[in-house]
Amino acid sequence: MSKICIVFDRLRAEEKMLQKEASDLGHDVVMLDAKITQINTDSKKEDYGLGDVVLERCVSYFRGLHFTASLEFLDIPVLNRFEVANVCGNKMFMTLLLKKHNISTPKTYFSFSSESAATNLEKVGFPLVIKPVIGSWGRGVMPLKDKDTMEAVFEIRDITDSPHDRIYYLQELVKRPPRDIRIITIGDQAVAAMYRKSSGGFKTNIALGADPELCEITKEMEDMAIKASKAMGGGILGIDMMEDDKNGLVIHEVNNTVEFKGLARVAQRNIPQEMVKFALDYIRK
Amino acid sequence: MNCPECDATINIPDDASVGEIVSCPDCGADFEIAKKNGSNVELKQAESVGEDWGE
Repeated sequence: MSKICIVFDRLRAEEKMLQKEASDLGHDVVMLDAKITQINTDSKKEDYGLGDVVLERCVSYFRGLHFTASLEFLDIPVLNRFEVANVCGNKMFMTLLLKKHNISTPKTYFSFSSESAATNLEKVGFPLVIKPVIGSWGRGVMPLKDKDTMEAVFEIRDITDSPHDRIYYLQELVKRPPRDIRIITIGDQAVAAMYRKSSGGFKTNIALGADPELCEITKEMEDMAIKASKAMGGGILGIDMMEDDKNGLVIHEVNNTVEFKGLARVAQRNIPQEMVKFALDYIRK
Repeated sequence: MNCPECDATINIPDDASVGEIVSCPDCGADFEIAKKNGSNVELKQAESVGEDWGE
């Protein structure tokens, strides 16, 4: 019997599923709320009793990332590792790493001021899709179809001027069926996949109401997903693919704290159980 | 227990855990279960969705 810790900041169905599966497998489970946990530079692993391995499941990316850094400072094994979370939480870092590993991904343009982004967009031509480098659930993802839209979006960014608003991540608008594919990878296995169908607009995020439908994982999908997972540093990830009319499958996103509530209900494999088993195998290796 | 905002009744499921979010059926406010000891439940204001929330 082992002891596993699930770190959360908002207890969702996913964290409760992980807790249940770990308990059903006979392991001790510690549920730890990151919001009320104190760590300092003199802290020791023994002060916390978190067990053999931690699954970091914070809904806030920055909270989870910094909490992971603290746990790794204490020499507590965490999934996903800090380096993986750091890269996957930033779309620009993630895209660069995908391309560096020759993984098919939509063409993406990076600029570091609104003026420079506007100059590039007018040179490349409309439409392009603007995405915040930090963020999820499709928030702030917008197709820029003409100059008026571009100027409005860039002006708002210049006014709000949060640090990440100065980074302009503009991606080709991929011609594809009105759906994308989410594959959950656990280690070097693609364990489940679903199509996420657009509910009207071009976004396919489940959080925005996209309809999930079970997807059979082809060899090509599996190979690409595993390659992307390895490129990021491995662990438990959500790989998002589109079926590009021109280039075939392209990976546009790799997610660090993957949500699986919907997929777990229809998947043939027990996703939370596989996650728990992987975490415990991870520390034995 | 009663909603700290509007005083409407909020039903807390028996199997609810600390850290879970409950919503007031009348005013829609979200609360996080801060403490739970049997039927004694303490609520606190839930965090609102942050720019960095998600996967």
